[in-house]
Amino acid sequence: MSGYLSGVLAILGINIIFAYSIYITAATGQLNLGGAGFQAIGAYACALLSNELGLPIYLTLVFSAILGGAISFLIAFPVLRTKGVYMVLATFAIAEIVAGIILNTDYLGGPTGMIVNAYIETEVVLVVAVIIVILGFYIMSTRIGLAMRAVHDDEAVADLMGVDKRAIQVGAFTIGGAIAGLSGGLYALYFGFIEAQYFNANISIFVLLYVLIGGTQTAWGPLVGASFFTLIPEALRIGDDWRFFIFGVIIVIMMIFRPEGIVTRDALERVWRQLFSGKRNV
Amino acid sequence: MLFEQVLQQIINGLMLGSIYISVAVAFTLAIGILNFLNFTIPALYMLAGMVGWSLSQYGVPFGLSGPVNWAFALFIGIICAILASLLVERFTYRYFKMKHGDATEHAIPLVSSLGFLLIFEYIILIAHGSDTRGFSTAFSNLDWRIGGFIISIPQLLSLVFSILIVAGLSVLLKRSKVGRALRAIAENPDAATIMGIDVDRIVPIVFILIGFLCGISAAIFAINYHEVSPYMGDHVGTKAIAAMVIGGLGSVWGAIAGGLIVGLSETLSIYFFGASSAQITVWGLLLLLLVFRPTGLFGHNAIGKGKF
Repeated sequence: MSGYLSGVLAILGINIIFAYSIYITAATGQLNLGGAGFQAIGAYACALLSNELGLPIYLTLVFSAILGGAISFLIAFPVLRTKGVYMVLATFAIAEIVAGIILNTDYLGGPTGMIVNAYIETEVVLVVAVIIVILGFYIMSTRIGLAMRAVHDDEAVADLMGVDKRAIQVGAFTIGGAIAGLSGGLYALYFGFIEAQYFNANISIFVLLYVLIGGTQTAWGPLVGASFFTLIPEALRIGDDWRFFIFGVIIVIMMIFRPEGIVTRDALERVWRQLFSGKRNV
Repeated sequence: MLFEQVLQQIINGLMLGSIYISVAVAFTLAIGILNFLNFTIPALYMLAGMVGWSLSQYGVPFGLSGPVNWAFALFIGIICAILASLLVERFTYRYFKMKHGDATEHAIPLVSSLGFLLIFEYIILIAHGSDTRGFSTAFSNLDWRIGGFIISIPQLLSLVFSILIVAGLSVLLKRSKVGRALRAIAENPDAATIMGIDVDRIVPIVFILIGFLCGISAAIFAINYHEVSPYMGDHVGTKAIAAMVIGGLGSVWGAIAGGLIVGLSETLSIYFFGASSAQITVWGLLLLLLVFRPTGLFGHNAIGKGKF
């Protein structure tokens, strides 16, 4: 595998994992615009554990997921009191506060960043990405996934039908935080250097866009969205500025013609029917 | 001595807040009337400043004219912000009304405006690169010293000016026919249509106001701080969102109070705890407020709940 290709695949893997973290929350109808904050928590936890305590890589990754999950579990209770646009702003505020705390803590390197001693290969990132994708599909296929879908479609009715709305939302937020922490840990180990400025508002915005453009109705959404927006610019080989310009144009056009994302439940059903029924029926 | 220094910081904070006021009012209008968290606002702000700078530096593109006078250049910059805002209305807000039977429907204009944010920001980055540019205006250094305090006259004027604009806007919303139509749309767009309000013609007015407020605020910033950059919108945009939430979503006077509070807490926390602590103070304040008093100081209970 050439260096370029393995670099692209590693970024793809990290982006897909990160996208699933936001997707799990979005699947219950909540938008998390603070993904970068949870990713930063995971990245710094991983870096500290491997630099200071010398823990093996797999253990540091597990701990960064646990820490991401634990912090988002604690944050979930106040944050989930807010709704709609307030929730978007609250999660956004959390990411800003996390970045601010890191910038102000000398122990974490402050604005100069931090070098991570341990290192992982691209293959590790890809294996973890495959596990997370399978986990995402599995969660959505269980009764919990059905409950999440119900809360997403109509909170009040789901509540009336006996779905424990609050437990589902807190649970989804916690799992999302854990997966985001994991993606941060992988980022720290793969690139070997982390700084607070990387985990900025743009990162949170991009990952939310991957998920919403991919579609929140099925577990295919984040996979398709993250792959689409990571691979297409690489395939076109365009400069960084033009890449984000075209990204913006695609988003505006997509929202006009296909506001529910690339992959929707209807589209999937149609594809399945075409593939397996033998004859065409509409 | 300490007391005087703190007082000077309070003055500086109020001046900084005057920049946030207009942008916060732009956010609050979009939320209050259209129920739309408009993320293009930072980009419109940046667009006005950068277009103004580029005109005063190089003149009209393709060699059509020489460098333009700074005031006229900023005026054209404001016009550009208004036109860009109308473009956003055409491609973002109008499709908002297409109903799709899904709970993510509320995210459509939000996501689309994020797309426009990227488009505007990267057009400028492609054209002018990412450097901070000096912007020289007629007011170079007009400080007014009274009793040991330094008050910059352009800053004082801009504080008064932005409060006057917002006050005028508030009167416009209360008294004029357009204002009444806008408040009706804010309450219920369908009922407003039934009562004979042409929503498609009234809504662009909100976007014109948004573009105007962003442009004015950027012009004030360029005159006071003598610099513009492609990232100037990000800093002001996030602080203005905080100001809007602190004041209460949809409240024009709340946005003024919020802008001043954010400016004050920013300069004071920089003074007492160092440069990068402002981020924690402002956003921590915002988070506490969101959790314990989500309506803000002057907010209305019904706005922004359940839908965007």
